[in-house]
Amino acid sequence: MSDSAPPLAVFRPSLLELFRAFALMSVSGFGGVLPWARRVLVEQKRWMTTEEFNETFALSQFLPGPNVINFSVVFGSRFGGVPGAAVALAGLLGPPLAIVMVLAILYERYGDIEALSRILTGVSAAAVGLLIAVVAKMAAPMFLKRWNSAPIFALLAFVGVALMHWPLPYVFLGLAPFSIAFAWFKR
Amino acid sequence: MNQNPLTSLFGYFALLSLFAVGGANAAIPEMHRVAVDVMQWMSDRQFADMYAIAQLAPGPNVVIVALIGYHVAGFAGSGVAIGAMCGPTCTLAFVVARTWDRFKEARWRMAIQNGMVPLSLGLIAASAFVLARAADHNVYAFLITAVTAAVAFFTRMNPLWIFVVAGAFGLSGWL
Repeated sequence: MSDSAPPLAVFRPSLLELFRAFALMSVSGFGGVLPWARRVLVEQKRWMTTEEFNETFALSQFLPGPNVINFSVVFGSRFGGVPGAAVALAGLLGPPLAIVMVLAILYERYGDIEALSRILTGVSAAAVGLLIAVVAKMAAPMFLKRWNSAPIFALLAFVGVALMHWPLPYVFLGLAPFSIAFAWFKR
Repeated sequence: MNQNPLTSLFGYFALLSLFAVGGANAAIPEMHRVAVDVMQWMSDRQFADMYAIAQLAPGPNVVIVALIGYHVAGFAGSGVAIGAMCGPTCTLAFVVARTWDRFKEARWRMAIQNGMVPLSLGLIAASAFVLARAADHNVYAFLITAVTAAVAFFTRMNPLWIFVVAGAFGLSGWL
């Protein structure tokens, strides 16, 4: 454990505090909850150290499905078993789902209105741009290393899903064994 | 398809959740394939709109699943879709969290984790491609995408401001 990180709190948050913390980071997180998860859990509440956060996040990425959702379950279960996991998940998903449901109702009712549809055209063009920036940030370290199989697998996954329109499970099951094997023998 | 839409929603999203390495953004092309091409629940344009709405709302990106579910089968649809997308993987997360420490340093775990990184990159890149085709219908929209990508890559500007500017451009009628 590094000396710069605050010591692991022995203090256990109550279920209500757990809910409020995850609800707070969720509604603060525009375009990604993760930076807020770090800010709230590590810096403000000091419920975990930076190392613990990174390690818990590595586990959440290792699991399939939405990363932040996995993170809330792993974190919640460590603090309070099944109720802890359920409460953290509810805090993370509840408030944004309520907001999105209101937007969904508005969209189904008023989506045909010219002005709204124009605004959404602009926003979706920008949303794609944000996603491209995410891809670029992920890809940069991968393409800087020489003699690396990773770009080939990334390219194959892209071609299979984006250009060939093959179902994701087939592409995944076809590529994952080889990608894992390469990662196994690389070190 | 004479299937109950709730059954289809549940089946598709439960299966999808188990293959979504790299999170909700990596699952976008498969959602698009199913919702637009296979089931024809919505148009390309509506799918791009829903992605934009999910980005406008705070919280995890996975809420797009609730929007798709609502479009298909109302509130029941959104509940079933989000439950199917999160249920299996949350159960798995809960179980694995208890045994994780035992194999944290295992070589096979590192191999799986490292092997997944390029796949999730390829899938998220595919998401960007699919969404760009749905959203960028003319050169102005394409320009907004390009400028946003550059701004988000080189600065740490809050995406909400980018959305406000892009929405204003859209409203002006250029796009």
